[in-house]
Amino acid sequence: MKSNYIGKPTSRVDGPLKVTGQAKYAAEFAADGLVYGVVVSGEIAKGSIKNIDVKEALSLKGVLKIFTHENVSGLPWFDKNYKDQDSPAGSPFRPFQDNKIMFSMQPIALVVAETFELARYAASLVKVEYKEDKHETVLMDHLDKAKKAPKGKVGFEEPKSRGNAGDAFKAAEFKVEGEYLHSAEHHNPLEMHATTVVWEDGDKLTVYDKTQGVFNCQQYITKVFGLSTDDVRVLSPFVGGAFGSGLRPQYQVFMAVLASLELKRAVRVSLTRQQMFSFGHRPSSVQRLALSASADGTLQSVKHEAFGETSRFEDYTEIIVNWSGTMYKCENVELKYDLVKLDVFSPLDMRAPGAVTGNHPFESAIDELAYALKMDPLAFRLRNYAEEDQMGGRPYSSKELKACYTQGAAKFGWDKRSIEPRSMRDGNQLIGWGMGTAAWDAQQMLANAKAVLSADGKLFVSSGASDIGTGTYTIMTQIAAETLGLAIEDVTFKLGDTNMPEAPLQGGSWTAASVGSAVKAGCEAVKAQVLKLAKKSKKTPVSGESADDLIIDDGYVLLKKDPSSKISISELMKQAEVGSIEEKAMSGPNPINKLKYTFNTHAAVFAEVKVDEELGTAIVSRVVCAVAAGKIINPKTAGSQIKGAVVWGISKALEEESMMDKNLGRFINHDLYEYHIPVNKDINDIDVIFVEEHDDKVNPLGVKGVGEIGIIAVAGAIANAVFHATGHRVRNLPITMDKVLGLSE
Amino acid sequence: MNSFSYLRAVNVADAVEDINTKNKAKFIAGGTNILDLMKVNVERPEHLTDLTRLPLTEIQNTEDGGLRLGALATNAVTAWNEQVQQRYPLLAKAILAGASAQLRNMATNGGNLFQRTRCYYFYDTATPCNKREPGSGCSAINGYNRIHAVLGTSEHCIATHPSDMCVALAALDAKVNVTGTKGDWVVDFADFHRLPGDQPELDNNLQPGDLVTSIDLPAKTFSKVQYLKLRDRQSYAFAIVSVAAAIELEGGTIKEIQMALGGVAHKPWRDKSAEAMMIGKTPTKENFRLLAETVLATAKGYSYNSFKIELAKRAIVRAFTEALQAV
Repeated sequence: MKSNYIGKPTSRVDGPLKVTGQAKYAAEFAADGLVYGVVVSGEIAKGSIKNIDVKEALSLKGVLKIFTHENVSGLPWFDKNYKDQDSPAGSPFRPFQDNKIMFSMQPIALVVAETFELARYAASLVKVEYKEDKHETVLMDHLDKAKKAPKGKVGFEEPKSRGNAGDAFKAAEFKVEGEYLHSAEHHNPLEMHATTVVWEDGDKLTVYDKTQGVFNCQQYITKVFGLSTDDVRVLSPFVGGAFGSGLRPQYQVFMAVLASLELKRAVRVSLTRQQMFSFGHRPSSVQRLALSASADGTLQSVKHEAFGETSRFEDYTEIIVNWSGTMYKCENVELKYDLVKLDVFSPLDMRAPGAVTGNHPFESAIDELAYALKMDPLAFRLRNYAEEDQMGGRPYSSKELKACYTQGAAKFGWDKRSIEPRSMRDGNQLIGWGMGTAAWDAQQMLANAKAVLSADGKLFVSSGASDIGTGTYTIMTQIAAETLGLAIEDVTFKLGDTNMPEAPLQGGSWTAASVGSAVKAGCEAVKAQVLKLAKKSKKTPVSGESADDLIIDDGYVLLKKDPSSKISISELMKQAEVGSIEEKAMSGPNPINKLKYTFNTHAAVFAEVKVDEELGTAIVSRVVCAVAAGKIINPKTAGSQIKGAVVWGISKALEEESMMDKNLGRFINHDLYEYHIPVNKDINDIDVIFVEEHDDKVNPLGVKGVGEIGIIAVAGAIANAVFHATGHRVRNLPITMDKVLGLSE
Repeated sequence: MNSFSYLRAVNVADAVEDINTKNKAKFIAGGTNILDLMKVNVERPEHLTDLTRLPLTEIQNTEDGGLRLGALATNAVTAWNEQVQQRYPLLAKAILAGASAQLRNMATNGGNLFQRTRCYYFYDTATPCNKREPGSGCSAINGYNRIHAVLGTSEHCIATHPSDMCVALAALDAKVNVTGTKGDWVVDFADFHRLPGDQPELDNNLQPGDLVTSIDLPAKTFSKVQYLKLRDRQSYAFAIVSVAAAIELEGGTIKEIQMALGGVAHKPWRDKSAEAMMIGKTPTKENFRLLAETVLATAKGYSYNSFKIELAKRAIVRAFTEALQAV
């Protein structure tokens, strides 16, 4: 069949738009009379504004208004108006609410002017006097104030312990313990957060926002500003990366809408790179692991305790420790997750939130225990392989992790590994091989799509989803083309507009499954209509034929038994005088399967590092990432996702951290000179393997999503490789040369 | 944007006159640092004198057998210049270890000397910094000082000089040709930059308005050299520690040795007496370690950067070991 597109490597359908500059991002939409807002960021971590002097700034010709806590009022009081689909428990941050400073770089004023340059200059003239209070901003220093993490955030589940890990640990023959430390990380997508609001008479707004969910953004705007959904249209056709930073409406949305309504004109607010460090981030964590095993390599106990940071005003939670209770077979599991409130902005989901945080310490401890047992780390994992979900004993809808291990190890050459640390070298370079295992949820959310087939045989499909660079445009086009039997060139898929059918936030790796299922359902409904037309058609090769006897391929309806008997879809529609066929569809998870099975993706990561013995410098020379994620719709875009995730994992392991200055309570390396992410030279061979995984329970497409699974086990695998190379276990990421040499902690 | 006036100078005299007659004036050449600093309000000049049209782009032999690098030759052109590659490989290696290809295409040799520190606090106007705002205090001394200096620091500033090129120029005994209102003069590279002392706002010993026209490399060349740069990623990162090492042997002992360290001080760090001590010694790891111990003897670490002291010692040993392996 010509229209078999699912599973074929397909280049991005939006690629030409992106490389020719035609793909427009939130800060690139023009509007008549557009004015520019520049945010003034606060300088202290905690306290209050004693005085804010805007006189000099305001006196400049062309400066229109300066919004501060002193002149913004009349907005709703209740927290519920400010809550969004990704809010944790608590009280969302409201810009300009009062004179209180709750975190460093808090936005305290918005300067709006006729030009961007003027707004920027005027912003530098705003003078602020503060009353400083003592702040607490370093997690490690305040563990004594930890409290149990509350419920409240969508998807959060409290960790459940089982058996008696304490007693089992005491009794066990082989045991390891360790404390691990992660700094905060900031999302830093290439595109900074920005919003362009176009104002029309009657306070009708068209909002171009950098967001992972136009509907979430629309709901936020309507609730905060008392507007109806008819009056607020949010668009986000292209997003230059987000990684979670666009899940919640960020403060520039609030400010751009506020200014637009007040000034009754189009307003754009863009954040600077430095201001990208002023809101949500992956929280820092302190984790304690204690694992034990018996001499035969049976995992006897797992104890995993995590402290996460949150803000004073919200209790951000993520699932850090729960995974440690499901990864391997183990009877005694003790899991604990506490939060420490600090004077920082609320943390925010970042690619594989929680899982990536908990995985490095846990898989490091697994590795350490394997060494204690003198077992190969892969053999140890296989010895404790979990066929069923260890949390509740449900079967997995599919779990091809063993195939990941086998194929990944074969590709990597794991069998040639010598088990002793410091046993492999090349001149000054110590070579280390390490591995790790990852799991992530394969979720499906309620999603809607619309498919319109016109008489010229062209299909237009839409859903208000987003494409944060993952390839949503492309895979939805593939799904639609294959479902309806059209040439891919005849299919157009659009997204990112609240005038389209509602789709969930793009997060959790669920877009392919959720929006894909809705697109499939919509196209199937159109297909049914086409086949009805075929049956009713007069004097055609398919007249009177029932749907079961027909197929559609490449824009033609064909007889199953005689594919040479065919007629084009447009001929059929013309004959029936049907101008277009339009179907809407909604798709959601199968509630029965959801109760019966656990849906997870899995991955096995193998990493090689080369560490300079005397200088401590480490490079990751190669990585093999074998992924089991159900049906892979597009191996090209999915492969890119995994490669990108591996790059980020390398970053987490060796380079990336937001450095908190404990005196100033401020992330101090707030630019890309000093907030290190990998450059080309840091990245060497990355092999991605998608193992065959058939799953007819997870959703109609058998798709599990690949957005997050690729990053989870990378840092652990690299840390384990560094140990194998050096015999020194660095428990504090990133693993910089000073830590490798044991010269710093 | 902060308003400023601008003049595109066409000769050296114009440039010097322009900058000396304007209030709060700065030179701009490649702009790879000053523009960044202007964007974050660290530098707020009222006037820019653009040097890019000055006829200072030549790289040519000097009468005494050395090589003159025009102040406006780009770092890229300099690094790939045949004379530089053949006679001063240490300089070529150092330049190519710095920044990125794009930045080296823009950055000039003169501008490289005037790079300002990459101290986080210097770049963040919300924080006290004596270099940016004299008397406001140093946030780094008791702050997050992993990238900061361990040699020649003062109670007012522990910033480092960020250049790689300058480390090689210091090691090679380069000289800097300067034109100012009082005429032309020459500064030894070792005396060009300064330690912070109680005036950390001053990075070098020139007077404001002095113009660097060229840099002279001496006739003496070294064949056994290495520029070793240790940093937190493989490219596009400033040195945690760097070593420019040049050595010549004669009859199995050290005949000449010159070395400078980067990433550890407010200026490229030279210790000529330690170098002199090495003459006549055998080029063993033990002797290089002795050199390293001597050079770092006065080093002082802070909360997060003490590791640099041992790392610098190891880097010195490695740099000379590798220099001697060079063909």
